[in-house]
Amino acid sequence: MHVNRRKFIQTTGLATAAMFLPRFLKAHESNAAINSEKILVIIQLTGGNDGLNTVVPYEDGLYYNARPNIAIKKDDVFKLNTELGLHPNMKGFKNLFDNGKMSLINNVGYPEPDRSHFRSMDIWHTASNSNEYKTTGWLGRYLDERCGNCDKPTQVLEIDDTLSLALKGNNVKGLALKDARRLYGTTIDPFINQLTKQHEVGNHHHDNVEYLYKTLAETVSSAEYIYKTTKIFQSVAAYPNHQFGKSMKTISELIISGVNTNVYYVSLGSFDTHFNQQKRQGDLLQQLSETVEVFMNDLKKNGRANDVLLMTFSEFGRRVQENASNGTDHGTANQVFLIGNNLKKTGVYNNPPNLSDLDEGDLKFSVDFKNIYATLLKKWLNTDEQNILGNKYNYLEFI
Amino acid sequence: MISEKEKIKHLYARAGFGMSIKQWQSQNNFTKSLDAIFQTKQYKQLESVTLSEVQAAKEKMKSMTKADVKDLKQLMKSNVFELNNMWMSEMINSEAQLQEKMALFWHGHFACRSVNPYFDQQYLDIIRKNALGSFAVLLKEVSKTPAMLQFLNNQQNKKDHPNENFAREVMELFTLGRGNYIEEDIKEAARAFTGFGFDKTGEFKFKAQQHDFGVKYFLGKTGNFSGDDILQIILEKKECAYFITKKIYHFFVNDISDDSDETIIQQLANQFYQSNYDIRSLMKSIFSSNWFYDEKNIGVKIKSPVELIAGMFRIIPTDFENKQSIIFIQRTLGQILLNPPNVAGWPGGRNWIDSSSLLFRMRLPQIVYYDKDLDIEPKEETPESKMQAQQMKMADEFVKKIASKKLTATSDWSGITKYFLNENDITNEIASVVLAKKADAVALKTVKSHLDTSAKQNEIKSAMIHLLSLPEYQLC
Repeated sequence: MHVNRRKFIQTTGLATAAMFLPRFLKAHESNAAINSEKILVIIQLTGGNDGLNTVVPYEDGLYYNARPNIAIKKDDVFKLNTELGLHPNMKGFKNLFDNGKMSLINNVGYPEPDRSHFRSMDIWHTASNSNEYKTTGWLGRYLDERCGNCDKPTQVLEIDDTLSLALKGNNVKGLALKDARRLYGTTIDPFINQLTKQHEVGNHHHDNVEYLYKTLAETVSSAEYIYKTTKIFQSVAAYPNHQFGKSMKTISELIISGVNTNVYYVSLGSFDTHFNQQKRQGDLLQQLSETVEVFMNDLKKNGRANDVLLMTFSEFGRRVQENASNGTDHGTANQVFLIGNNLKKTGVYNNPPNLSDLDEGDLKFSVDFKNIYATLLKKWLNTDEQNILGNKYNYLEFI
Repeated sequence: MISEKEKIKHLYARAGFGMSIKQWQSQNNFTKSLDAIFQTKQYKQLESVTLSEVQAAKEKMKSMTKADVKDLKQLMKSNVFELNNMWMSEMINSEAQLQEKMALFWHGHFACRSVNPYFDQQYLDIIRKNALGSFAVLLKEVSKTPAMLQFLNNQQNKKDHPNENFAREVMELFTLGRGNYIEEDIKEAARAFTGFGFDKTGEFKFKAQQHDFGVKYFLGKTGNFSGDDILQIILEKKECAYFITKKIYHFFVNDISDDSDETIIQQLANQFYQSNYDIRSLMKSIFSSNWFYDEKNIGVKIKSPVELIAGMFRIIPTDFENKQSIIFIQRTLGQILLNPPNVAGWPGGRNWIDSSSLLFRMRLPQIVYYDKDLDIEPKEETPESKMQAQQMKMADEFVKKIASKKLTATSDWSGITKYFLNENDITNEIASVVLAKKADAVALKTVKSHLDTSAKQNEIKSAMIHLLSLPEYQLC
């Protein structure tokens, strides 16, 4: 390969400036390490979504007893089976459910749950136990594992201005962008550009200054790659006109354009509904449901629906008992939605929450979220999940 | 061998937040600079809120009227973020640079977030006041702050229902580190810490009726131990001195630590132990050693966001129109004072750097000094309490308001302009002041090709701004 390339250049006399660039600047010439075309989209419901008013146990008297003011009426839910029904604003999810595109996992959580937003989110991001502190995220470590030799961090993208802990690995970190054009605009600033292009890679690759220049070069080349690639495709699907709708449209355009990203990460919130929960949660669930449906249809229309699996999660669910302000306080276990064309086990995956067996007023978890991560990493992203998670977790059967 | 001036620069970069122009001008004698660093300054407590204000606010929250909300907002405006700003201001302006730098270290070590601004204030006072004192005293005092007791759930640690969180973190993160105790020790220590609590006035209170007075077996000893006894037994372990010394070494010297570093750490740890945990003498040993000024220790550490911000504003005195601005920067770069990610503190090092944070660090000087658009919106953080909700709402409103706009600031360039006015090679001269190491020729050339040469003072300003934007400036 290298010989051929050199020969080609020698014989044609075509020596371009690119030849002299360090390896990481030639990022997009070869399609390195990750070959899998499977794509995972993660939607973080920030703030602790109230799971019991998302998937309602509409036949359970205990639910109605605990929530005299904010319970969702049996007649209003979209019934999924004889026990559970979706929030009335989630028509899109109901359609996906009916079409066999959804697997609903109940009671997802972890042992010794933490009820602080920050800490619990930390635990979900780093895939740690509740008494350990990890400084890297599970998707960052996925990058470390799969992308030790990749030249660009575009395999894992977050649609935001700043990067979440989940996407930070030891050696490789994901890329955050809200708008490909704007990021590109920043990186073509003449000063930044000249600095990057003219930097000569030093001998001490482990030096922090080299690390900074390498990060900068990767950022510049990734921004260019993504911007130029996404110019190819612009979605005409009717995404709702809110930030989440825009973000999902961006993801769709990136996927359909063929950007080499395997994992997309996006957040919606805040679901922290201590007061007057109904309106706020209703609006957010509406945003979630309508957007995801448009998104899945968009992918289908463009022939990519089979390649994409989508997961939602929240740092915790909320208390079973409503509080005095028509809201709910911080709780524990919660449902996770998996959405895609290739699910092995669709519908309601496991038993619904048991409201008669609570832990200090909160739901008990029956599925550790790390089992879901392990399943996604191994069976969908085809990678060695044990290194990433630091432990062996049994796989679930949804894919 | 590095020059005397470079030694002073390195000392100030690590023992403080970097040199101001005035210091650069006046300090030429290393021994004198070292002495100055260790001179005791009058201690000033930072106060942004009183206990009665917080209690009144809590009371009001139970039944809020519109007028109350207004009062409350006013109060919140003047507390946690105010406290953050006040501390930032000490880091930037105080002569007691080592005290503030050391306090920042302890803040990351005894990492704590409180939902109560008054508790935050007490906690900050303890880590600042004891920053260079005795680690034994610091440990014992921090362990009795309502902020920490609440953060680590010790209010729920009762005789009949022990909660091990506090005991676990004290041993794992604050004193010994993993491998120097077993699970059984945590259980026994937790029993000893039962009853460590606080009252409504924010004072430590030993609640005897919740305390387990039984015999405990802890780290090979048997006795009727109290919480204080447990801390004392821990302090008697040499492993504790080693654990703290190593962390200090990583923070102040280098975070790589090879074999030669390891030998030094051992020696320092022995000394620290012998001195009964005297922090000042430990720091003196570090900063007066020869190895501290070795090439391999200079310009190798990635500045934390707070170090970066403080250092920049020490060079160029800057006033923001809105006090939230510094918090906006902290938030975007991932380090908000009094808001560490968890009890393990900020991981630091390369963890500070990703594509977004690096680009923002490099754009920051232009945003502040050339009034360029911010064009970035940091993530919202979900408040953990009603009290926090009010503060964060304001912060979020500010973020939303300015995310696509500017951070309006006035800065004082007079000292800088005056000092560099007669230099021939302005870029080189400024580089030798603000960059930790001799800058890469290519980077300097790039800076020079972007200078505003319309007037000498513009040239100085643009050289400074571009130098502060370099990847090299992220290091100290």
